[in-house]
Amino acid sequence: MGTKRQFRIWRGDDTGGDLQDYTVEVNEGEVVLDVIHRLQATETPDLACRWNCKAGKCGSCSMEINGKPRLSCMTRMSTFEEDETVTVTPLRTFPVIRDLVTDVSFNYEKARETPAFAPPADLAPGEYRMQQVDVERSQEFRKCIECFLCQNVCHVIRDHDENKQAFSGPRFFIRAAELDMHPLDAKTDRKEYAQAEQGLGFCNITKCCTEVCPEHIKITDNAIIPMKERVVDRRYDPLVWLGSKIFRRGQVPQTSVTSGHSSGAVRAGAAHGGVHSHAGGSHDAQAERQAQQGVNWHREVPHPTAPAVDASGKLPLTELTFDRAAAPSPFGDDVSFPLPPEHLNFAHPQQDEKH
Amino acid sequence: MTETRIERHHYDVVVIGAGGAGLRAAIEARLAGKKTAIISKSLFGKAHTVMAEGGAAAAMGNVNSRDSWQVHFRDTMRGGKFLNNFRMAELHAKESPQRIWELETYGALFDRTKDGKISQRNFGGHEYPRLAHVGDRTGLELIRTLQQKIVSLQQEDKRDLGDYEARIRVFSETTITELLLDGDRVAGAFGYYRESGEFVLFEAPAVVLATGGVGRSYKVTSNSWEYTGDGHALALRAGGTLINMEFLQFHPTGMVWPPSVKGILVTESVRGDGGVLKNSDGKRFMFDYVPDVFRKQYAETEEEADRWYEDPDNNRRPPELLPRDEVARAINSEVKAGRGTPAGGVYLDIASRKSAEEIRRRLPSMYHQFKELADVDITKEPMEVGPTCHYVMGGVEVDPDSGAAFGTVQGLFAAGEVSGGMHGSNRLGGNSLSDLLVFGKRAGGHAASYADGLAARPQVSVSAVEAAVETALAPLQRDTGESPYVLQQDLQAVMGDLVGIIRREGELVDAMSRLAELRERVAKVSAAGGRRYNPGWHLALDLRNMLVVSECTAKAALERQESRGGHTREDFPGMEPRWRQVNLVCKLDGDAVVLTHKPLPKMRAELIGLFDRAELSKYLTDEELAEFDALAKEAGN
Ligand SMILES: Cc1cc2nc3c(=O)[nH]c(=O)nc-3n(C[C@H](O)[C@H](O)[C@H](O)COP(=O)(O)OP(=O)(O)OC[C@H]3O[C@@H](n4cnc5c(N)ncnc54)[C@H](O)[C@@H]3O)c2cc1C
Ligand code: SF4
Ligand code: SF4
Ligand code: FES
Repeated sequence: MGTKRQFRIWRGDDTGGDLQDYTVEVNEGEVVLDVIHRLQATETPDLACRWNCKAGKCGSCSMEINGKPRLSCMTRMSTFEEDETVTVTPLRTFPVIRDLVTDVSFNYEKARETPAFAPPADLAPGEYRMQQVDVERSQEFRKCIECFLCQNVCHVIRDHDENKQAFSGPRFFIRAAELDMHPLDAKTDRKEYAQAEQGLGFCNITKCCTEVCPEHIKITDNAIIPMKERVVDRRYDPLVWLGSKIFRRGQVPQTSVTSGHSSGAVRAGAAHGGVHSHAGGSHDAQAERQAQQGVNWHREVPHPTAPAVDASGKLPLTELTFDRAAAPSPFGDDVSFPLPPEHLNFAHPQQDEKH
Repeated sequence: MTETRIERHHYDVVVIGAGGAGLRAAIEARLAGKKTAIISKSLFGKAHTVMAEGGAAAAMGNVNSRDSWQVHFRDTMRGGKFLNNFRMAELHAKESPQRIWELETYGALFDRTKDGKISQRNFGGHEYPRLAHVGDRTGLELIRTLQQKIVSLQQEDKRDLGDYEARIRVFSETTITELLLDGDRVAGAFGYYRESGEFVLFEAPAVVLATGGVGRSYKVTSNSWEYTGDGHALALRAGGTLINMEFLQFHPTGMVWPPSVKGILVTESVRGDGGVLKNSDGKRFMFDYVPDVFRKQYAETEEEADRWYEDPDNNRRPPELLPRDEVARAINSEVKAGRGTPAGGVYLDIASRKSAEEIRRRLPSMYHQFKELADVDITKEPMEVGPTCHYVMGGVEVDPDSGAAFGTVQGLFAAGEVSGGMHGSNRLGGNSLSDLLVFGKRAGGHAASYADGLAARPQVSVSAVEAAVETALAPLQRDTGESPYVLQQDLQAVMGDLVGIIRREGELVDAMSRLAELRERVAKVSAAGGRRYNPGWHLALDLRNMLVVSECTAKAALERQESRGGHTREDFPGMEPRWRQVNLVCKLDGDAVVLTHKPLPKMRAELIGLFDRAELSKYLTDEELAEFDALAKEAGN
């Protein structure tokens, strides 16, 4: 027969709640969801939790078990020590509805914003021909069961509600990648879309999402990184683009991928003054060395000195009101142009147009 | 009574259920220009359809060009032991390929053949490789594709009308508890949001039921909590009828060990890809269980069976690929004869037949599921499997062409597992997914044109809504009744033990009286807690649906004195041609289930002409055979 085990389960709703202790019988071969069902059938009939398939196929039963985002139907009790207390809490990134159930509508909104498959105009149903090797790349992403564990674990939104507006999250990066790699999708700007609208730039490849994915989808390696690289591949041609065109009037330079948006995803480097990708202004030999190696998404470069602004926080307008000859550089005094190409992590929005 | 807030919505077509059938119906209704709501008990994209593994059957002929709709039709009728509604089987066989190809235009990515077409795999009961598939997660692909198609329609509406939800809206985690009528016409649907416990009323002239099956009434089942027969019960209460309720499919190979994964299915493609069944003596026993009707198509020796995997045109298929009810029954006999595993199943062995690498490639999610859930490595050791309640063939009796429910009600449509007739007494693997698409589309389209054809909208009456509110709140307001979980367990025990895979008259009579007792206890059920996301309350409300549907099953099982497909009577082991002409139809009279006999529609001449006389002679009565001979003679002249 079973043994008694200790559980701590978060009970409450959007107004608050706390961890409550339970002692439950656990039998050989059981998973955490079985234990929750036993609690429902005995002590706590109103304990709220989502589940459907109990087979790791529907992605309903996501929760945090001992702090780790997991599918409760796929977490065997035998992975814990007999005397270990198992702590079960709701997904942290989404608002709690009750007990272990959270409001995951964020994900459905993002899904709705992601442009759908665009069927090729010249093929009738039944005429689609694709090779297995070509569909396999997208098929990997279509394995997704929408458990939203990756969304839950991604630090860009985990404790930063303010980023939710601009950031779709790993689940929808793989959706964009899937369509991008679909052999017959008629839309050609999936990557650009990911960059411009989904907030791909917030991601700094911590790989947490890949780690928690129960379908073992290589979210970062197979979707995010290729998308980032290919966005840049197409756009980044420093020999053509340097100097003359980058800062031409009216062309707002697109923020490059490491910099994030000004609203500020919190990144590993934030603690020491934030990172910045216009690498040209670096004073740091180490960062400069890194910059020499070309595009590097982990590169952390300190900000260049701030531009010289006046008391009102604005750039002085003319040399008449300024203490130096000529107007100041908006990029700071220590940056000279053109920037050395190897210092750039830059993607110009129009660079792949013919010129 | 305290005042209750009720949210109201107006739609042209309300689709209850967001599985394959519901989503396809909703797409069709929206394409017909109707304002459409989709309602689902769980989150969007989590319906039971995600669990389907094997594939979707459609005679595209991509792998074996000899396949055609006629062959598919024949297999379906054979599988259903000729009790199928022939017209549904015909439409299904003819239209499945288009429905699958259509999915590709929505973005689905099926596995491919070498020449780039949709690959098709073998499956029990299908003469040719016929199942379009994506590894072993075909259901997920199907539901995700339809879900994404709905998103794309919403994006169109956003572009044209400025609102994603202008013409199609998904109400997830919302349960419908009652259909509301105006006379005999459907006027709306009443339910609650699971999250908040708040009530919601949909006023709509046309409702499509796509609520799936009933498996939660059984102890060992592959079905989730959603499968409480809600659609079946809603139809009954609205004046609709159910047919074939005695036919339940027990999947032959559900996991029986370890306990936590009991009921989870091992896909049939394990057998299609070379897996064999062995008893505890290590004997490959299926050769002993080939029924006469199938002798011609199945191998008699292990050598021939093994050659078939390589050369299917010149060898007969292995008996492991018999229709699943035959396999389930064979396993049951082996276990009863004392040759089962310790946990009461048999061994399914693929480890000794294929390389580890090939198993992982062909059956990736099977491999992972076993590894992660049970720590069993299927590339190294055999699995322990046994019969599991899986699918209900019976369901709402519908018009084959339109999916409109029979009985007195109008404006009610049904598609998918909740509808009956298509699969007869037994469903072939893979036929469900294509059934969802074919009849989902039909039901959605016909619901839309029905709504168009109405001169005036039926009105929801206030008193009906008040009654629905009261019924819904009752379990929360009682505190003297039993826990819904206890009642559910008791119901499962009755159904599992007495109305299970092998049935006897005495047990069925016993079941009827126990169900009557349960009915009284269920009427007094009480649920603790409040209205917000309270699973105990939800179950309490589902119980009465499970109960009435179980009554239909038990009653029909007692009535049908023969064994056929998903209905096995120990006291009537043979198939009886006379019973093939009869459908058992259930309806409600007040609270009580009433059972009537109804003759099966007669197959058209050109369809019955597709079969061998020798084959038909096993199913038809002498009179029917004489008629067939006359037809054949006429055709010969
Ligand atoms: C493990 C498993 C494997 C299978 N494998 C295959 C296979 O390989 N090939 C095949 O063809 N078939 C297979 N099947 C069968 C097939 O998956 C199902 O028959 C089919 O998916 C049913 O689809 P549906 O659209 O009718 O309903 P479902 O997909 O079950 O959807 C029912 C919907 O109705 C909703 N609902 C129910 N009641 C209510 C209510 N009261 N109010 C509001 N909403 C409600 C639910 O929330 C859900 O959204 C398998 C089934 C299982 C369980
Ligand atoms: S790799 Fe990117 S998307 Fe994934 S968790 Fe890290 S920041 Fe988020
Ligand atoms: S990508 Fe993986 S972790 Fe993210 S939702 Fe899909 S299955 Fe879950
Ligand atoms: S219940 Fe479906 S993934 Fe856990």
